[in-house]
Amino acid sequence: MAVLLLAEVSGGTLALDATAKVATAAAQLGEVTALVCGPRAAGEAAGKIAAISKVLVCEDEAVANGLAENVSQLLLDNADGMTHIISSASNAGKNVLPRVAALLDAMVITDVIKIVDAQTFKRPIYAGNAVQTVVSLDAVKVLSVRTAAFEAAGEGGYAAVEVVALTGVSALTAHVEDKLVASGRPELTSAKIVVSGGRGVGSETDFALISALADKLGGAVGASRAAVDSGFAPNDLQVGQTGKVVAPDLYIAVGISGAIQHLAGMKDSKIIVAINKDEEAPIFQVADFGLVADLFEAVPELTEKL
Amino acid sequence: MKILVPVKRVIDYNVKVKVKADGSGIDLANVKMSMNPFDEISVEAAIRLKEAGTASEVVLVSIGDKKASETIRAGLAMGADRGILIEADTDGDIEPLVVAKLLVKVVEEETPQLVILGKQAIDNDMNATGQMLAALLGWGQATFASEMEIADGKAVVTREVDGGLQTMTVTLPAIITTDLRLNEPRYASLPNIMKAKKKPMSEKTTADYGVDTSPRLKVIATEEPAGREAGIRVGSVDGLVEKLKEMGLV
Ligand SMILES: Cc1cc2nc3c(=O)[nH]c(=O)nc-3n(C[C@H](O)[C@H](O)[C@H](O)COP(=O)(O)OP(=O)(O)OC[C@H]3O[C@@H](n4cnc5c(N)ncnc54)[C@H](O)[C@@H]3O)c2cc1C
Repeated sequence: MAVLLLAEVSGGTLALDATAKVATAAAQLGEVTALVCGPRAAGEAAGKIAAISKVLVCEDEAVANGLAENVSQLLLDNADGMTHIISSASNAGKNVLPRVAALLDAMVITDVIKIVDAQTFKRPIYAGNAVQTVVSLDAVKVLSVRTAAFEAAGEGGYAAVEVVALTGVSALTAHVEDKLVASGRPELTSAKIVVSGGRGVGSETDFALISALADKLGGAVGASRAAVDSGFAPNDLQVGQTGKVVAPDLYIAVGISGAIQHLAGMKDSKIIVAINKDEEAPIFQVADFGLVADLFEAVPELTEKL
Repeated sequence: MKILVPVKRVIDYNVKVKVKADGSGIDLANVKMSMNPFDEISVEAAIRLKEAGTASEVVLVSIGDKKASETIRAGLAMGADRGILIEADTDGDIEPLVVAKLLVKVVEEETPQLVILGKQAIDNDMNATGQMLAALLGWGQATFASEMEIADGKAVVTREVDGGLQTMTVTLPAIITTDLRLNEPRYASLPNIMKAKKKPMSEKTTADYGVDTSPRLKVIATEEPAGREAGIRVGSVDGLVEKLKEMGLV
C-alpha cells in the first residue's frame, strides 16, 4: 500500500501538528509520501515527521494558494502506484480532494474519524448524530481525515525531499488575495484549550472578554455560528458541523446555547465547561462543569482568578 | 446567462436525528424534511443575480424520490423560474459522485454559465458534489463563497478558508459552492407560493440519463456516537476555578 498525503501549509509554513495527525492516519494505510505545496523549508519540516517516508515539494506559485485546479493536477501527476490519497478535512483539503477523486472516478470519503482497514472507514453524518462505517469499492481511495480524531505522529524522521514541478497551470482560476487573520494565539484545531463565545457575548467589543480569558489560559478563541454571523468574530473561528472540529483538553463555551450544529464541532473535547445564564440551555447536557451565571460578571472574574 | 442550482431534500436542521435500532440507517419516517440550508443560500444567490439583471433564468434541479418535487417548489416560490426533477432508481442517499455525473448531463442539456451549489448537504455532510462536478466538466471552481460578483465573463469570489478569507477569480462557465455568510435566504410569500405551483417542472428519471447510480461506498453499519454524560453544576466562579485546578487543567 502506498499513500500520497497532501500536507497542510499555511502562509508558506508547514502546519506541523495537522500534518503530523494526518500522517498518523496515513501510516495505518501504508508507506507515506507527503506532497508539500510551498517552499522547500516546509518540505524539510514535513520530512522530520516520523510517519513520512518521502517528501515531494512543489514551489510553484500556482499551487501556493491552494487553487484546486492546480493542486489536484499536481496530486494526480504524482499519484502513480498510489493506493490512497489523503489530506486533512480542512477547507484546503475539502476544496481539492473531491476534485481529485472525481478525476480518478472515485467517491471521496470525507471527515474520516477512524481507519478500520485499508478500505473500511468510519465517518460521522448528520452533524455527528450518527457514525457510518463504509467500505470503499474504488481502486484508489481518496479520503480526508479529521485531525481531532488522530494523535500527532512524532518527529525524528529524516525523509528525503524531492522537488517536483507542476505540469501545467490552469487558466480557469486566478488568485487575487488572502486576508488571513493573524492572532498570535495557538491554532484553533490544535490548541489544548479553546474558549468560545456565542451570541450571548453581544458585540464585537465585548468579544474581547473571550479573547482575554483565552490569552490568560494560553488557549485559542472559537465562536458559534451566531457570533460569526453577527460579526463578533471572524469566520475562521466558527466551531461546528459546518465550521471547524476541535477536541481540546478543555473547551469553555460562553454564551453559547449548545445547538446540535455547534456540538458537532466540540463534543469530543476532554473537558467541557459551559457558562450560560439560562439554566435550561442544552449546552449543560454535555458540560462537565456548568456555571449558571451572567457572562459579563463571570468571565472577567474567572480571567482574574486563574 | 442561465444559472443552474441543484437542491437537495434533507431532514430539517432542527430535527433530532435518530439512528434505527437495527443499525441499518437513519429513521426518516414522519420527520420534517426541508431544502438543505446551503441550497437555500444558493437559490437566493441565483435569484439576486437575476434581479440585478446579470442572470436571465434560474433553473433548479433535484435528484431524489418523488417528494423532491416539494423542494423544487419551495425554490420556485423563492423566485426561481423552472425545475427539473430527476427521480432516482435507488433507495436511500445518492452519492455525490453519482449526483455530479447526472448533473454533467443536465449541464450538457441546459448549458448554464454558472452552477451554484451548497458547500455541503447537512445529511451526509460530504462537502463534495460541487468540486466533483467541476472536475467532470473541466470547469474552474470557487468553493465556500461568502461574497460573489459576476463581471466580464468571470466571477470574483471571496471564499471562507482555514485562516480567514481568500479572494479569487474563476472564468465562466464555473462552479460556485456557497457558505453560510453569502446571504440570508428570503422567505417565500404566500402569493409567490401560489404562483410557484404553476411554474414548469419537468420530470425525469436517472435511467433517462444512462448514469450508473450504484454506490462506491458500501455502508456496513450506522451507529449512534458515544454519548456524553452531563457533569455537575458549580455554584460560583470560585467553584469552577477549584475544579479546573483539581483536574490539572489550569
Ligand atoms: C446549515 C447550518 C449550519 C450551521 N452550522 C453551525 C456551526 O458550524 N456552528 C455553530 O455554532 N452553529 C451552526 N449553526 C447554527 C446553530 O443552529 C445555532 O443557531 C447556533 O449555534 C447558535 O449560536 P449561539 O449558541 O451562539 O446562539 P444562541 O442559540 O442564540 O444562544 C445564545 C446563548 O447565550 C446565552 N446568553 C445570553 N446572554 C448571556 C449572558 N449575559 N450571560 C450568559 N449567557 C448568556 C443565552 O442563554 C443562550 O443560551 C448552523 C445552522 C445551520 C442551519
